Amino acid sequence: MKRVTLIAALAVLAALLPVRAAHAFCGFYVAKADTKLFNQASQVVLVRDGDRTVMTMANDFQGDLKEFAMVIPVPTFLERGQIHVADKGLIDHLDAYSSPRLAEFFDADPCPRYMEDARAEGGVVGGAPGAAAQPMEIPKPHGVTVEATYTVGEYDILILSAKESDGLEAWLTENGYRIPAGASRVLGSYIKQGMRFFVAKVNLKEQAKLGFASLRPLQVAYTSPKFMLPIRLGMVNANGTQELFVYALTRGGRVETTNYRTVKLPSDKDVPLFVRAEFGDFYKAMFGRQVRREDMRAVFLEYAWDMSSCDPCAAEPLSGEELRKLGVFWLDGGDAGSGGAFVSRLHLRYDAAHFPEDLVFQQTADTESFQGRYVLHHPWKGRAECVQGRAYRRGLPKRREAEAVSLAALTGWDVNAIRAKMKLPKTAHASADATAGDEPWWKAIWKD
Amino acid sequence: MPSSSATDAPERAIPKPRRLLADPRHYQILILAALLAYGVFALDFEVRPLRVAILLATALLAQWACTRFWRLPAFDPRSALISGLSLCLLLRAGSELLAVAAAVVTIGSKFALRFRGKHVFNPTNFGIVAMMLATGKVWVSPGQWGNAAFFAFLMACLGGLVVNRAARADVTYAFLGFYLALLFARALWLGQAAAIPLHQLENGAFLLFTFFMISDPKTTPDSRAGRILFAGLVALGAGLVTFVLYRPNGLLLSLALFSLAVPLIDRLLPGRRYAWQAVAHRPIVREIAAVPVPGRA
Repeated sequence: MKRVTLIAALAVLAALLPVRAAHAFCGFYVAKADTKLFNQASQVVLVRDGDRTVMTMANDFQGDLKEFAMVIPVPTFLERGQIHVADKGLIDHLDAYSSPRLAEFFDADPCPRYMEDARAEGGVVGGAPGAAAQPMEIPKPHGVTVEATYTVGEYDILILSAKESDGLEAWLTENGYRIPAGASRVLGSYIKQGMRFFVAKVNLKEQAKLGFASLRPLQVAYTSPKFMLPIRLGMVNANGTQELFVYALTRGGRVETTNYRTVKLPSDKDVPLFVRAEFGDFYKAMFGRQVRREDMRAVFLEYAWDMSSCDPCAAEPLSGEELRKLGVFWLDGGDAGSGGAFVSRLHLRYDAAHFPEDLVFQQTADTESFQGRYVLHHPWKGRAECVQGRAYRRGLPKRREAEAVSLAALTGWDVNAIRAKMKLPKTAHASADATAGDEPWWKAIWKD
Repeated sequence: MPSSSATDAPERAIPKPRRLLADPRHYQILILAALLAYGVFALDFEVRPLRVAILLATALLAQWACTRFWRLPAFDPRSALISGLSLCLLLRAGSELLAVAAAVVTIGSKFALRFRGKHVFNPTNFGIVAMMLATGKVWVSPGQWGNAAFFAFLMACLGGLVVNRAARADVTYAFLGFYLALLFARALWLGQAAAIPLHQLENGAFLLFTFFMISDPKTTPDSRAGRILFAGLVALGAGLVTFVLYRPNGLLLSLALFSLAVPLIDRLLPGRRYAWQAVAHRPIVREIAAVPVPGRA
């Protein structure tokens, strides 16, 4: 029996697969370390202008392609031409371009005068590709209409409409999809709102012919006033939380959720130098800390920028050609660069208890740039035998201590462990301990 | 129901401290200012101190200028302050110029858009909707309140009703009733868990609208029956915008639209005109609207 991944727009199917689920979708990597950062992560690119939407969905299904299937509620019927398979590299590039970055500054010789020479470098991120399935079987009636069947790239795709959730559930079960208990209610609410179901499986023959190692992202283009992402299906049977990245590309400005708080990630913070080597861990810990701070009820803005530039650049902006492939339909012809597309990168960790509703978005007229940026300051290593030099050196421990406290506050890491790593005195500023780390203050009193 | 009408001046006899509490606007200014402080310091609202200063100063200045232009006897900063604070809480704009324009439009609408002695729109509602439709460069961020402080917020709003002895709380109650019924009926029809409509309600912007905007006594219908009809229409309109048209800002758009119907509602269901406790507003009725109000003696 095939297992089903109900991607509620990205709904991480993994959730639905009781056995192998947990590691089916991962996929958020920081370039340097190349380690998995976030498990069960999905990435969606939403290109939106007026009522037109182009949605690109990537997930990192790692299992047997026969096992892969996904079910996504879509607002309209989709013709063959409205469905496309994209190159995973596009999302990886967008991810790298918009990911939180590390900027490095080297202090100049304090003696002539204080000066900063800036050099920036970014942490880069990678994404998560798709998954796979098997040829489809002929559907039987259950109030379910198979409105169309297509083979697009390595995928077999069905567009279903249904009259009742029971019928749809029965149909899916009879056709070899494993539907988790509780899906019926959610399916029902989408049916009543007139939504269709986009069902994709991997066509193994096509897959073999094409020879791609991993599943490529699926794209759909449609016209609908609904600017939303259905996440509820993917939560039906989920264990624990899921991770979602939404890259919204608009002509006008920043995108935010209207039914959840959109919060900016803390940015422009000075952190100790050792973070350079463990930027991935830093990002992960910091994000987790912010999620807890907001009681897991917020969507985080990690990046908001006009595509024509970046500063510092974690990766080059996407070219006009790349953007068009992602569906930025208003960029016409030529290699006119990539201006005219504003990207908002939203990141959320969610589960059914904290995110009961699907995500609803709106485009704002806000074109102010924002990025998650963390700063390293390398002290001057040369001789500094002058009055200013001595003052500079006296100020350094204080600065490093401030970096330690800032890092502890951002990540929840133990401030004393941070101090030890930085070779700072352990009890330098005991008062900072209480607020900085996640450890309760009283743990430090009686060590036995 | 308030007993004062446009033609008497009862506050002369009331001792000063009680007069201070008697005017619902004072409580409203207090609550709005507290909410703004909470939004800016605890929720990181995208409103910088400069923006707050600009909005408040522009609103007050516009009120003063309009007072002079329309030759009102006294400058009353209170309702302009309420409009200014509401704009700080709701309006988001890409530039200071747009914020200034919004404040001018907000206050100006109160003086310029009148029908038979009443201003047609709640000023803040009109300011935001007009600027949204005309420029496309301002917006409202309804999600920014989150739901952490929802219940404290709700208590403050309900407290306002009690303190004010329900100046025109019937609109608020009626609207709450209609809108809740609509959300829960929709959830029931869709088979959604109660968590969904509850989540839709746990929203600071919704409370602000329900307790401070739709209940504006100067723009709601004169009779109780009229106000209940009005609340029902606004709730229905908001539901249509949100759940049928799938557009944001359903509440604001619906209120602006149905404010246009208030003169008609007043004609069909006449009642007694509301007046704030202060004298300053009395002459407006005489000077700007010399036309007799139908249904009134």
